[in-house]
Amino acid sequence: MAEYAWPKMSERTLIGKRISRLDGPQKSGGRAKYGSDANPERLLYAAILTSPHSHAKLKSMDFTAAKASPGVTAVVAVTEPGAEVQWEGAILAAVAAETELQARDAIRKIKVDWEILPHLVKDDDVAAAGPSAKPAGEQVQGDPDEAKKSAAFTSSGFYGLPVLTHCCLEPHGQVVQWAGDQITAWPSTQSVSNYAGDLGAQLSVPATAIKVDMDHIGGGFGSKFQSDQWGAFCAQLSKESGGRPVKLFLDRNIELMIAGNRPSHYAKVTVAADASGKLTLWESESWSSGGIGGGNIPPIPYVFTKIPHQRKNHHAIATNNGSQRAWRAPNHPQASYLTCCALDDLAAKMGKDPLELFLSNVDLTTREEAYRRQLGKAAKMIDWSSKWKGRGKNRQGHIARGLGIGINTWGGAGHDSTVKARIHPDGTVEVECGTQDLGVGTRTVMTQVAGETLGLPMDGIRLKIGSNAFPPSGASGGSTTVGAVTSATRIACTDALNLLYEKVSPSLDNTPVENLEARGGRVQVKGNPSKGMSWRDACKKLGVAAVEAQGRNNPRNPRGLNTGGVAGVQMAEVSVDMETGVVSMEKMVAVQDFGLVMNPKTAESQIFGAMIMNICGSLFEERVVDAVTGRMLNAELEFYKLAGAPDIGELVVDMEIDEENDSRGVIGLGEPPTVGGLAAIGNAVTNAIGVRVPMVPLTPRRVLDALSGRNS
Amino acid sequence: MSSIKESGGSPEAASGVSRRGFLEVTGVGGAVVGAVALEEPAHAQQPGKGAALQGPGMVPITLNVNGKALKATVEPRATLLDTLRGPLDHTGAKRVCDRGTCGACTVMMDGKSVYACTVLAIDAQSAKIETVEGLTADLKNDALVNAFVEHDAQQCGYCTPGFMVAAKALLKENPNPTFAQVEAGLSGNLCRCGTYMGLRKAVLAAAKGGRA
Repeated sequence: MAEYAWPKMSERTLIGKRISRLDGPQKSGGRAKYGSDANPERLLYAAILTSPHSHAKLKSMDFTAAKASPGVTAVVAVTEPGAEVQWEGAILAAVAAETELQARDAIRKIKVDWEILPHLVKDDDVAAAGPSAKPAGEQVQGDPDEAKKSAAFTSSGFYGLPVLTHCCLEPHGQVVQWAGDQITAWPSTQSVSNYAGDLGAQLSVPATAIKVDMDHIGGGFGSKFQSDQWGAFCAQLSKESGGRPVKLFLDRNIELMIAGNRPSHYAKVTVAADASGKLTLWESESWSSGGIGGGNIPPIPYVFTKIPHQRKNHHAIATNNGSQRAWRAPNHPQASYLTCCALDDLAAKMGKDPLELFLSNVDLTTREEAYRRQLGKAAKMIDWSSKWKGRGKNRQGHIARGLGIGINTWGGAGHDSTVKARIHPDGTVEVECGTQDLGVGTRTVMTQVAGETLGLPMDGIRLKIGSNAFPPSGASGGSTTVGAVTSATRIACTDALNLLYEKVSPSLDNTPVENLEARGGRVQVKGNPSKGMSWRDACKKLGVAAVEAQGRNNPRNPRGLNTGGVAGVQMAEVSVDMETGVVSMEKMVAVQDFGLVMNPKTAESQIFGAMIMNICGSLFEERVVDAVTGRMLNAELEFYKLAGAPDIGELVVDMEIDEENDSRGVIGLGEPPTVGGLAAIGNAVTNAIGVRVPMVPLTPRRVLDALSGRNS
Repeated sequence: MSSIKESGGSPEAASGVSRRGFLEVTGVGGAVVGAVALEEPAHAQQPGKGAALQGPGMVPITLNVNGKALKATVEPRATLLDTLRGPLDHTGAKRVCDRGTCGACTVMMDGKSVYACTVLAIDAQSAKIETVEGLTADLKNDALVNAFVEHDAQQCGYCTPGFMVAAKALLKENPNPTFAQVEAGLSGNLCRCGTYMGLRKAVLAAAKGGRA
């Protein structure tokens, strides 16, 4: 049985090193090709007609003028007349034409007849939602009524987070060609291996007839798992245009309306503690919406799951907005915000430092030691002990400063993934996998593992991903990719190497295969490096035939190579201008365990990025909809605001790289660091100005309203 | 803009002129023109020749891109960005907001950074256009590229070419920027993955490291 375990920390040459991402130069220099960059021969462009109404019955569409419009090759209905559309931006019809401008002209010529129906687009008032608010059923644990009566300290508050949109910079879409019985797709997808099956199911075409290629994806964040209706109708347009390829990537306004959002969450929360400061009660009435399907109850109380007495009620509000899609760590950022803000308010009620309240209740979590350790580390990194002052007590002139805490947890075990490794007689090595690199450095970490396993440098490996011609790999979601593909690469390369050893062994006095090693570009006898040969010479022993092995990460038996379950703490320091209400980031720190850190450079980037996403969500971004017209008011990037380079302050990360964490194996990182920052920043602003600002983003208006006792 | 009518599919269709159509008609610094102008020929400035009437159909144009004269046939309302990305297959500049906000389409025109989505291709004919591909032609030895890679100033990479051009423009105007000047120089571009830490470090390092 081959030995697949990761090499010891002290013996690694590539794994765990700060290695620059392999595709960095191509990305920086604009050479990296995304689906939206594909320009195959005889390309046509599609444009779409979308609904301006958030709820209406489509009575009829007249394509006559559109079909006669210059350059048009095909027109298809996407929504059939008679159907109801349930949100603004819903796609009604699509046109393919020689140029994009011609396609847009033709779209404008489609005549549409509507019957407008009543809509609900606002989700912040559960009472106003009426029958659109569906109760989820009460959940009770312990005796919450008794706990409330006997509590020494009780705090009640309202907290809310609006809908965010994924806002991937590369919009959803694809180039697709349906010629004869073959379909070729150049999509923007988080699931290269599953795309063909998904598109095939929509079109009743076998997955075997669909070829999928994607070198790079410009952001997904959980919103690009499917081939989507635009994959299917563009294939149809291609077929009807004589098999010419068709390009469609959504315009920014439609992208923000229909291509994915993070559901809102609102809650009235009561928390209580006994005289010693131990949490005894969680009571919440929450509601949320992710469009027509409503929204799920978030996992509250978050992390402090062992609070003994709980009562939870939740309403899912169905609204006439585009549907939610998985957003990094679905429901966790909201749950963390609702929980950590409630605890922070309770600490204030008790006249206590919130850090003490968190620390004295870590036994109510499932990872007591990890959170105690991380709270201590993060506090030190942000200098909590000397900087923290009571609420509203750190003010110089019109500038107030404050500190806050947020926490996270996640799973992150590797998904089912297969990798093929092939060693050629000339010494070259190919590693293939139908995975995708979302920007986390998947190519880089796979190459590190292959190189480490075969004793070769990074440039000794030719890594190929991004095609469904390669072995199947799971969708990149839920922080499951890096654990899976590194483990599978390790297994494939180890097995391929053993095949090589069998050919080399006769030349090394028939040394048993298990006594051979590959390191430093040589194949040699363990403990006797002089007895061996160069990698090239070893590969010549293969004769004319390459050797090849497949490795699979089986989630039911990951062989100790990867696992799940992480903890993290983030703390933020902000300053607030009490006259203008403007919040500025001073510093933010993150402590995150995620097992064996494959590449600290790319991992650190990902944590920085997650923290910045939290800065966006806590200070800037929200979907704004108008109750009367039912329309999204900021479906573009001028007023759908994201943080820019000057908005982030100083960020510091501790990845807890040590033997103990390392021994757990690889754990995915995409989700957890995106979770705690909203609460950390929200609590820091409250600490600075002395009152709770219930809703994020903490815009100047909301800050000033909170200061003047208004509720905005 | 007229109010939304119920007869049209999208509000843009109803009003007869889309936000995009508006840009396509007026270009940068152009006068505000009504919807009727969509059917009128556009006026392209040709140095030394006065105004020439072009369009509304396809017109041949020549663009000076990265030192080469490239020919294309486009409608007068086609943006420089779409012309670069489509007919000219220079895909380094990305279409993200298409409204002059995010900077992903940044290119240089006559040495100044511009959002290529806000420029009409016909108006760019007299300019020297440099795209990210041209500005980083020596990819292996480019100080800024190397700094972007070393400091990991990219994740998904879709915004990165725009940041690269913005950084080139910043260092061209100010070879030794302060930290605050770097932040300001990059503030015309947006990133969704959150790569600003690496970007700030990379630009500062390249400024100190010489040629960028």
